[in-house]
Amino acid sequence: MTDTATTTLAGPSRAAGTATGERRLPGWLRWVAPVVVGALIVVLWWFWVDVLGTAPRMLPSPFAILAEFVKRWPIIAQDMAITATNALIGLVIGSLLAMLFAGLAAAARPIDGMLAPLVAALAVIPIVAITPILNTMFGASSQFGRQAVATIAAFIPVFVNVLRGLRQTRPVHRDLLRASAASGWQTFRFLTLPTALPYLLTGLRIASSLAVIAALVAEYFGGPADGIGTAIATYAKSGRAALAWAYVLGGILIGLVFYLVTSLLERLATRRAQV
Amino acid sequence: MTHSPAGEPVEPQSPGAAPLPQAQGPSPAVRATGVSKVFATKTGDVAALSDVDLDVAAGEFVALIGPSGCGKSTLLRLIADLDQASAGTLEIFGKPAKRARADQDYGIAFQQAGLLPWRTVGANMALPLELHGTGKAERTARVAELAELVGLTEFVDRYPDQLSGGMQQRVAIARALAARPRLLLMDEPFGALDEMTRERLQTELTRIAAETAAAVVFVTHSIPEAVFLSDRVVVMSPRPGRITDVIEVGLGPDRSEALRESPEFFDLVTAVREALHGRSPVAEPVEASLRQAQGPGTRQGPGTRQGPVERS
Repeated sequence: MTDTATTTLAGPSRAAGTATGERRLPGWLRWVAPVVVGALIVVLWWFWVDVLGTAPRMLPSPFAILAEFVKRWPIIAQDMAITATNALIGLVIGSLLAMLFAGLAAAARPIDGMLAPLVAALAVIPIVAITPILNTMFGASSQFGRQAVATIAAFIPVFVNVLRGLRQTRPVHRDLLRASAASGWQTFRFLTLPTALPYLLTGLRIASSLAVIAALVAEYFGGPADGIGTAIATYAKSGRAALAWAYVLGGILIGLVFYLVTSLLERLATRRAQV
Repeated sequence: MTHSPAGEPVEPQSPGAAPLPQAQGPSPAVRATGVSKVFATKTGDVAALSDVDLDVAAGEFVALIGPSGCGKSTLLRLIADLDQASAGTLEIFGKPAKRARADQDYGIAFQQAGLLPWRTVGANMALPLELHGTGKAERTARVAELAELVGLTEFVDRYPDQLSGGMQQRVAIARALAARPRLLLMDEPFGALDEMTRERLQTELTRIAAETAAAVVFVTHSIPEAVFLSDRVVVMSPRPGRITDVIEVGLGPDRSEALRESPEFFDLVTAVREALHGRSPVAEPVEASLRQAQGPGTRQGPGTRQGPVERS
């Protein structure tokens, strides 16, 4: 029996195999292709700015931006820390609130009914639009307005995904837990929660980018004179194009880190295929 | 020598299949009395089961067979207390079904293996134990026993998506047996498997049922499967779901591969088929496809491997 079992074993790479089977790119090409595209863009950009010299004045050459980024790294890093902290606080608090409310909504239909219009409203209002109001409410020296905006931005995707995930348990699994006389709490811990986990992490991945964007854009609307967004606005207005772009690069780095970390978590959570 | 009276030899069949006496002290594994189940649908009430009486003795293997909609899965779900009967009483080892479920008197396996994909094979097998607070050391020991029983010792640390369908189903059977239940409920557990795997697991199951001495209620669409596995085949019929016939199999405790090709086996398959078709040996055209899919010697290839799905 065991020998036949061995032959029928598909092996651990089965799930991965079907995923890569869709497009047969060799491993190295998947890395090289985007790098080539990036290099090509940089070369064209450089050619336009430094060789042709017909680029707008606010678009310096990529090498000038990089040089400025390296030279001003200490202050850029400080501002990056401010914006990243705001985004992170927003992401964490927004996600925790979203999980709490999604749990309540999944547990009780009336709560779901009460929250649904509220969430829909939050989702359609461009949340940065209320930033000036928040900044005025909480004072020009407080980061709270920015963090609040990031919180609200992160809340929506996490709430929607977790609520969906909490409703994905399969009938056969519910029957199994019921047949095993599992209590409500056990069913939640052994079935509902693990089923919802990949959905939570998908929500977190989406929320992480939104939280960074929201925290950064919120800085354009006042508040303390620090952070990536504030610096970009300031240097753009004063015509220091290379430095403004160096800050943009800093913003991109924050977004990238948030996205990569949450993507990695998501991949860890979804590595076991449904059977 | 004088002739002995013709009635002397008490049944030529083997003793193992003799109808188990109801008069024995302990209560039967399952006793259903006048059980009915009505489902309310948009188009009106549907009688899924109507006035079903069924006793399953301790250690007995009973197959429920019948066409789609005959209520065999519904009956199993009522026994498992996954649904409630509309009328009648159900007792599992003399207790109400709800109590029996709480006491884990039965283990259950479904057509889908229903393994939790984020748990290893071993952790899936141990799930019922973990839910009932069995200690880790004891769980590990029991998992080793179960893995041995279903032949998956090397795969305890794998994840379900690394196993074939047949292996997943074996994990599900091991899980059903984890808490050492005296009753095993199986709802077409081999329904989604190919014929070869199916026959191998049937042989495995007869061995496991004998080793654990558990009573088994086994829902199936397949006539050969029902005959091969069970002591009694309960034939059901739809609209409303009811028991129309009970056929004693009497093939004895030893169910080897050779049995599948024996004349007694074919006779019983024929008997069950005729019971299913209302005693008419000639199949009507509508039923021809069913006969073909379920007939003896079903080495037909993958086209027939999945029985019709009863409940969506």
